[in-house]
Amino acid sequence: MLKTLIAPLALLITGIAMFYLFPYNLAFATRMVVMVVLVLSIDLILGYAGIATLGQAAMYGAGAYAAGLFAIHVWADPLAGLAAGAVAGAVLAFVSGLVLMRTSGLTLIMLTIAVASICHEIANQARWLTGGADGLRGIRMDPLFGAFEFDFIGITGYWYALGVAAAVFAFLWLLTRSAFGLSLRGIHESPARMAAIGAPVYWRRVCAYTIGGAIAGIAGAVAAQATQLVSLESFAFSLSAEALIMLILGGTGRLYGAVIGTLIFMMVHHTAAANDPFNWLFVIGGMVLAVVFFLPRGLLTLPTALLRLAPKPQSKGTRDAARS
Amino acid sequence: MPQGLEVRGLSKQFGGLTVSENIDFDLRPGDRKALIGPNGAGKSTFANLVTGILSPSGGTIRFDGRDIARMNEAARVKLGIAKTFQITTLFRHMTVRENLRLPILEREGRGFAMLRRADRSARIEAEIDALIDQFELGALADRPVEGLAYGQQRLVEMALTLALKPRVLILDEPAAGVPSSETHLITDAIAALPGDLAVLIIEHDMDLVFRVARSIVVLVQGRILTEGTPEQIARDAKVRELYLGGAHA
Repeated sequence: MLKTLIAPLALLITGIAMFYLFPYNLAFATRMVVMVVLVLSIDLILGYAGIATLGQAAMYGAGAYAAGLFAIHVWADPLAGLAAGAVAGAVLAFVSGLVLMRTSGLTLIMLTIAVASICHEIANQARWLTGGADGLRGIRMDPLFGAFEFDFIGITGYWYALGVAAAVFAFLWLLTRSAFGLSLRGIHESPARMAAIGAPVYWRRVCAYTIGGAIAGIAGAVAAQATQLVSLESFAFSLSAEALIMLILGGTGRLYGAVIGTLIFMMVHHTAAANDPFNWLFVIGGMVLAVVFFLPRGLLTLPTALLRLAPKPQSKGTRDAARS
Repeated sequence: MPQGLEVRGLSKQFGGLTVSENIDFDLRPGDRKALIGPNGAGKSTFANLVTGILSPSGGTIRFDGRDIARMNEAARVKLGIAKTFQITTLFRHMTVRENLRLPILEREGRGFAMLRRADRSARIEAEIDALIDQFELGALADRPVEGLAYGQQRLVEMALTLALKPRVLILDEPAAGVPSSETHLITDAIAALPGDLAVLIIEHDMDLVFRVARSIVVLVQGRILTEGTPEQIARDAKVRELYLGGAHA
């Protein structure tokens, strides 16, 4: 019992510690937490269900614009806006998923990119609604729970983002251990066998993609509410691609992999870009190459790999306990 | 109403190629039938037509009097028609236990249950334990399937299919690729199947067929050549010619 609590507690402490580590850069800390949520959504659909995607930004952007527009035109309550973002992401994922989930492999990847590009272009053209390339401005949030104002330093924004991320993580923790989660892993490993045991593989995939879309929409909504701005970049291909790299870095098919990959990628990105604004991409590239070559299952397996390198024999079987 | 499977006039063409032609076939509860025939006779195609992986070009497939020829694979599994794969198709990175949990969850229609842990139902875990005991997989229960010997994987394949509680079980070459030292595992498992289950075995290994089948159907070039008890088939001149001389060139 205690053992199962250590990892989530460590995660929570990391989240709280980040507040004190970046006192003058809470915007960056908030962006990290938002990215964790987006990468978790990709982990669900790619890492667990095996749905290859390079277009998760479509649902992220839909959630961001939905939350922003909802706050401007309907109601500025943060939680209502969060729900609007989740619904927007889920609806877009469901509708596009009805077509996308009939395909797989390279076709699927290309189609996910296409969906995100179409969203990007729609947001660009519909200037009257979205502000086009200038971005969506004028978002004013009501206080959270009617009590906590969104201050310009970003204190409320950070705690809000962290709370949402913790809730999403807990939900996915349950989901991935449920019968539904097990069936997604089954579909990932063998769609033919899943059909042969009577599972509706197509609808299972559509369902997973929709849930992933809702979570990406939540990530976008939090970003819009915390920064009070939505830019066209929310739909950008580079966002989908970077999020995917973060997941691969940490380790796919594990929730902790998504979290650790995102935090490490963004911290390295942050420090490398600050030290050398021109060549920081080399650092990221080198890191990704090293992980893919030496730790193909992600940074999460680093402790196990190091222990295996150690000359002394160690007790067997206890080292791969962090499987989630 | 007649129980079990009733196939009438079943045919399948791939373009101009006829792989199944006018097949009549019955499989009743308690039957132990074997389907034999040379390579390319259309045995696997027949199995795929019955389970719904392929749809027929003509003819009817009835199950308990109900026409199922247009149903998809998953719907037929729900009715109780299950098949093992010729090439082992398991969830390779999952443990034996997880491999058996999945079909039970699907059978019970829990595949969309999201907020309850999948491994916390005492009843389902007991059912998994029973299957593990039945196939003597106890020592391997918590090992990933990819690490098991091939014969053991074939047993998991059978256990997984039985976990669906089928009423018609189609075993597509259950002993294919299994070293002869381990085939007894397969024959024992087949002998221990529930008595009222309708079983169809598609197999190359004649020893195994003659040990477990009570009736044999011989398929040649998509058509039924003959059908009979193992003794009749063993004495049949056409069958002997087929297996010894390789006629029908």
